[in-house]
Amino acid sequence: MEQLIQQIASGLASGAIYALVALALVMIFTATDHLNFAQGEMAMFSTYICWQFIQWGFPFWPALGFTILFSFLLGVAIERVILRPLHNASVLSIVVVFIGLLAIFHSLAGGIWSHTIKNFPSPFPNVTFAGSGYIGAHQIGMILVSLLMLFALFAFFRFTPLGLAMRAAAQNPVSARLVGVKVDWMLALGWGLAAAVGAVAGAMVAPVVYLEPNMMASILLYGFAGALVGGISNPAGAVFGGFLVGVLENLVAYFGNLTEKTFGIYIVGNGEKLTVALIIVITILTLKPAGLFGRTTVRRV
Amino acid sequence: MAPLLEISSLRAYYGATEALHGLSFSIAQGGITTLLGANGAGKTTTLRAISGLVRREGSIVFDGRPIDKMATEDITRLGVAHVPEGRGTFVGLSVEENLKIASYGRRDKSGVRRDLDLVFTYFPRLKERIAQQAGTLSGGEQQMLAISRALMLGPRLMLLDEPSFGLAPLIVQEIFQIMRRINEEAGVSMLLVEQNAALALNLAENAYVLETGTVVMAGPSAELKNDEGIRKSYLGY
Ligand SMILES: Nc1ncnc2c1ncn2[C@@H]1O[C@H](COP(=O)(O)OP(=O)(O)OP(=O)(O)O)[C@@H](O)[C@H]1O
Ligand SMILES: [Mg+2]
Repeated sequence: MEQLIQQIASGLASGAIYALVALALVMIFTATDHLNFAQGEMAMFSTYICWQFIQWGFPFWPALGFTILFSFLLGVAIERVILRPLHNASVLSIVVVFIGLLAIFHSLAGGIWSHTIKNFPSPFPNVTFAGSGYIGAHQIGMILVSLLMLFALFAFFRFTPLGLAMRAAAQNPVSARLVGVKVDWMLALGWGLAAAVGAVAGAMVAPVVYLEPNMMASILLYGFAGALVGGISNPAGAVFGGFLVGVLENLVAYFGNLTEKTFGIYIVGNGEKLTVALIIVITILTLKPAGLFGRTTVRRV
Repeated sequence: MAPLLEISSLRAYYGATEALHGLSFSIAQGGITTLLGANGAGKTTTLRAISGLVRREGSIVFDGRPIDKMATEDITRLGVAHVPEGRGTFVGLSVEENLKIASYGRRDKSGVRRDLDLVFTYFPRLKERIAQQAGTLSGGEQQMLAISRALMLGPRLMLLDEPSFGLAPLIVQEIFQIMRRINEEAGVSMLLVEQNAALALNLAENAYVLETGTVVMAGPSAELKNDEGIRKSYLGY
């Protein structure tokens, strides 16, 4: 029982990271109908930037602050400089650009900081909480920071004029322009925000998975799965999907180990949890193609 | 008095295809002008060209300022409110958000409040549905919302693209009455595109008839109503 709770707790912790990545993907998807395959590598690159600031002697939080700002500007710049000229390009050429971006950030990180695995400090005290023993301080911190970030973003989109303008631009670009919204800039802003969210996800997960150019590869997959399960057009659904996938993957490993212990039969274990989690995701999508909370906007014509 | 909108030799393009072949016309300050024409004549394209939604050439002068090189957002902010074909509702936003977003570019906060009050006097139904998701409104309500959204921009000129399209006659009447009031009470000039020529000629003082991207006839509505060709092709008697 204790172990089960522990597994769920650490599932929530990694789920928080998947939720952030899923949200970053959804932000760009709702605005452009494209899935940014480079989101994970951009987050990885941002995490290196954060590491670099820390190496230069900055305390963790200011370093993360600079990194968020840097990532935001980088996201805006990528949209303005690289994607802007491709507005009317085919889906295939956009996909190629995303894959190109992925490769560029990957080799850039490897080239600047080398491919050797680095330790990344946790900003949270290294204790397991008295009496709990279930969950470490870093995991709790991860969940709190992610929730804070999610909350701030939802408040931004819900309650600020700029947030409303971004939602309007994503929903109906022509109408948005006809009410004076600068749609081009809203797209760039969306890229900036997505990159900033990715940076936070990277810096939060790096103490767990260690810093190296491949650190985000499987996390991007999980985030992607979370976004699809929750509904790629629904930010809240995507966040929920991220948490769900995180918990699922740990439960798979837990019940796998349990059956092995009880019956002596090995079915699944840690090695297969990604596979099994993805199978569950595919099953959900087969039953509900739009995801659990996929938006089928009510529309009368 | 100088016209509010003056268009000369306007050409518009979809890709390489020219859809307007050198239109010229003007709209007086304060009045309502209608643009008639069969399907595919270029009415929608004319409105899109004015708003900068299609590539265009020629001269468009709004209130003494050339706007033919300007971006859509900037034209909107100058005071040209386009109510697009199909209403352009933000279906996933609430009615309130649909209205709010149009007022963000404005500095005159008292004007925004006044216009919001005006919207609710014109269309009390929108007030009742203020928190509702706009995509769930009926067609008529969405048309009311589209006009209200345009009004919230605080415009000098409204471009209306077939506001009667797909609506029951009673609702059309209601909407056209409100359009007249907006014109008279808020002093908004209008360029109205309509399939329903009888309706349009009753509301507008002046009319232009388009055929395959060129103006073929122009004059006061009263005169056009009595023109035999117009009666046969557009009024059906
Ligand atoms: N998006 C487009 N791409 C290519 N051609 C277009 C496009 N939209 C309109 N056209 C063409 O431009 C011409 C004018 O079309 P427009 O939509 O302006 O006509 P309209 O007068 O508004 O017609 P309707 O009464 O049917 O709305 C037509 O020949 C049409 O086929
Ligand atoms: Mg049309």
